[in-house]
Amino acid sequence: MIEVADLRREFTVASQAGRFRRTYRKVVAVDAVSFEIAAGESVGYVGPNGAGKSTTIKMLTGILVPSSGRVRVCGLDPARQRRELAARIGVVFGQRSQLWWDLPLAESFDLLREIYRVPRTEHAARLAECVELLDLAPFLATPVRQLSLGQRMRGEVTAALLHSPELLVLDEPTIGLDLESKERLREFLAELNVRRGTTLLLTTHDLDDIARLCRRLMVIDHGTVLADGPLDELRDEVSPERVLVVDLERPVADLDGLPGVVSARAEAGGLRHHLAFRRELTTAAKLIAEVAGRADVHDIAVVEPAIDDVVRRLYGRRRG
Amino acid sequence: MLIAAKLRAQLSYRVSFALDCLGQALTQAMEMIAILVLFGRVSALGGFAVREVLVMYAFASISFGLSELVIGDLDRLSRYIRSGDFDVLLMRPLGTLPQLMVADVQLRRLGRALTGLAVLGYALSTMDIDWTAPRAFLVVLTPITGTAIFASIWVAACSVTFWLVDSSELPNTLTYGSGMFTSYPITVFGGWLRKLLAFVVPGAFVSYYPTLAVLGRPDPLGAPGWVSWLSPVVALVAMTAAGWLWRFAVRHYRGTGS
Repeated sequence: MIEVADLRREFTVASQAGRFRRTYRKVVAVDAVSFEIAAGESVGYVGPNGAGKSTTIKMLTGILVPSSGRVRVCGLDPARQRRELAARIGVVFGQRSQLWWDLPLAESFDLLREIYRVPRTEHAARLAECVELLDLAPFLATPVRQLSLGQRMRGEVTAALLHSPELLVLDEPTIGLDLESKERLREFLAELNVRRGTTLLLTTHDLDDIARLCRRLMVIDHGTVLADGPLDELRDEVSPERVLVVDLERPVADLDGLPGVVSARAEAGGLRHHLAFRRELTTAAKLIAEVAGRADVHDIAVVEPAIDDVVRRLYGRRRG
Repeated sequence: MLIAAKLRAQLSYRVSFALDCLGQALTQAMEMIAILVLFGRVSALGGFAVREVLVMYAFASISFGLSELVIGDLDRLSRYIRSGDFDVLLMRPLGTLPQLMVADVQLRRLGRALTGLAVLGYALSTMDIDWTAPRAFLVVLTPITGTAIFASIWVAACSVTFWLVDSSELPNTLTYGSGMFTSYPITVFGGWLRKLLAFVVPGAFVSYYPTLAVLGRPDPLGAPGWVSWLSPVVALVAMTAAGWLWRFAVRHYRGTGS
């Protein structure tokens, strides 16, 4: 679906030097980025502000022309075949609107039908589906300028899907939304990916989006890809430790010397123990058995490293 | 379709629409008064009588009014670029120029064209014109070619915005300047200004030369008679040049992404 090889993009930045002179310097926004995304994948593209996410997205959608490197999306060259590509992909910018401010939502959808030349019946079916799943009916007749952000985002996503794109690119789709709106949107996108097989590529700062939606994570910083792989693998790679939390019936001073445990911490006067263990040394089941052999266990939980912790560690490392 | 929707949106702000129309009519009236006051002092302007100048003024008004209608949101291009909304246009399977043109159809701008039409009707009906089929045809064609020329000037001038984002004054100067210029016989203006605005920016072909052709007058500046009939050709050339410049500018934008 997407093939990117050695993608590079520079910007020339002017800065004032003296009253009339200006100096120009080159800033590399994206450097030697390569990846492939197969049809049906859902990929999270994350990185700090200014890491090069948006620049990459703009090159994938044909808005910007790459300085060098190769890009193919749906088998097309985005820079040269912008319009053909636009008919086959959907794009949602969280901070920008592609709806018409003064028009009721329903009329914006009608206009998009004309722009994308979608057959009437297909359009109606697609719209009916979105109206139902995203619960758009109460505000279809409301002018877009009067919609709440959550309502508008649901409208934006619908707008991007009416021409049945094979690929949906979302640039910070949940920014500014309240928890319920976020959750509803995520549910819808997850369904879309699984049921329709629509490929998803999304950038976000909200790591819950990634946890809920993406099986694969790409981390970019300073224009280069620092990590790329299935979420679980990346998690094991950067933080191989998990924590077993055991609550005991009676306090025990410490639970030292358990095989596979790299660090142990007791709290609540010895009633609760945090045991960090490595997966390659032992399994949770074995460890639980060991603990149960030494004390009366009341309750037990295995804690995975939090996703923001994983991503923070990934940001921290530099390639090479 | 889009246009119909836009019109409905405008009519939904009824009071502001009415005020806009009133404002347009007042501006128009002031311009007319300026010309009539001028002729209260002098009997001829650049070698032309009052009604002849009114014909030029009318052609220019109709063309300029219609071109404002056609160019839509183009005069707000710098805002599109700065806010990033231009990227939204690039996301769609259509050219950027047509999208900007239909993005906003200001119905109130029709006011200028309509008053222009009334002035044209009055001036032509009170003059002694030797009507032939080509002349009648030219009267109908001139607002169209004039609109095309003005629209080309808008497009070309606005293309500069891609390099200088804060340059909205430049397109305004060029377009409103041309609007003024074409309202009077070019003989009024002198030297390099005339050459620039009449032929480089082909303002002379909006109203001056077509008026000469309709009135059957030779050009006081000595251009051969067939030049007066050249406007359609000039319009085609202008549109081609403007389209080319626009594409070049958009390519620059996608290359720099300012």
